[in-house]
Amino acid sequence: MYKDFGTIFLFVIIGAVLLTVALLLSKILSPSKPSTNKLDTYECGEEAEGSAWVQFNIRYYVIALIFIIFDVEVLFLFPWAVVYKSLGWLAFIEMAIFLVILIFGLIYVWKKGDLDWVKYKVKYGRGRYQKLSGKEV
Amino acid sequence: MGFLEERFEDNIVTAKVDQLLSWARSTSAWYFQFGLACCAIEMMATAASRHDLERIGMMPRSSPRQADVMIVAGTVTLKMATRVKKLYDQMAEPKYVISMGSCANSGGPYSRAGYHVLKGVDQVIPVDVYIPGCPPRPESLIEGLLKLQEKIRHERPLTKKK
Repeated sequence: MYKDFGTIFLFVIIGAVLLTVALLLSKILSPSKPSTNKLDTYECGEEAEGSAWVQFNIRYYVIALIFIIFDVEVLFLFPWAVVYKSLGWLAFIEMAIFLVILIFGLIYVWKKGDLDWVKYKVKYGRGRYQKLSGKEV
Repeated sequence: MGFLEERFEDNIVTAKVDQLLSWARSTSAWYFQFGLACCAIEMMATAASRHDLERIGMMPRSSPRQADVMIVAGTVTLKMATRVKKLYDQMAEPKYVISMGSCANSGGPYSRAGYHVLKGVDQVIPVDVYIPGCPPRPESLIEGLLKLQEKIRHERPLTKKK
């Protein structure tokens, strides 16, 4: 058993040596002329502006997810519709099941209120969203 | 400057090592995928299977950090000129520039009345090889790249400059 671990140990050593040699060689051989422009962020030639740590609204995430689900649905619908007549009833039922599953998803999202950008209904309105819920808690 | 670059006297050893280094550099000159106008179509055709640039060791890179050669393929507008300069600055040494086509050489059809076109890309960055044509055929681009390889092969990276 220890012999097997010896192989792994050897592998690790050879890997470390190879990496060190390659990095050292490139460090020694390569010309180095740093400048402000060169060390700048590469933005396809544009001036980089502001910080990379920008915040997005988290609601874009849900919208992107919903979009992808229905995007893929349409993607499946088109080839199905092209050969619809030759496939018969089985394909129709299968596609109906597929659509029903996705429609349940849509109903869920609708009920959750994720289709509205401005949310009027806040289910668990406490704290600073208390006034939005429209009822006294 | 690097550890070894331009630090040795001219003798037989440095001459041979220089030869090896510049040969390696010339035969693996990756170019920056950078099309500005219709010359870029010819550049793509040159890279594609019929003319196949990879057989002379050149392949396109999408980042200036990995590229050695910048092929300025097309009309350089004044707006683009600042970007071209910045992209050239961001390439790693050693770097070379090929000016491809009349527009990049001298402004081409816009050289007199073009109010928005840079009259030759050599006004903002140093150019190694000029390729004439509007646009140049893939054969002439390959000719220019071979000329550039010849130029690189005559360089002495380690020897002190006189």
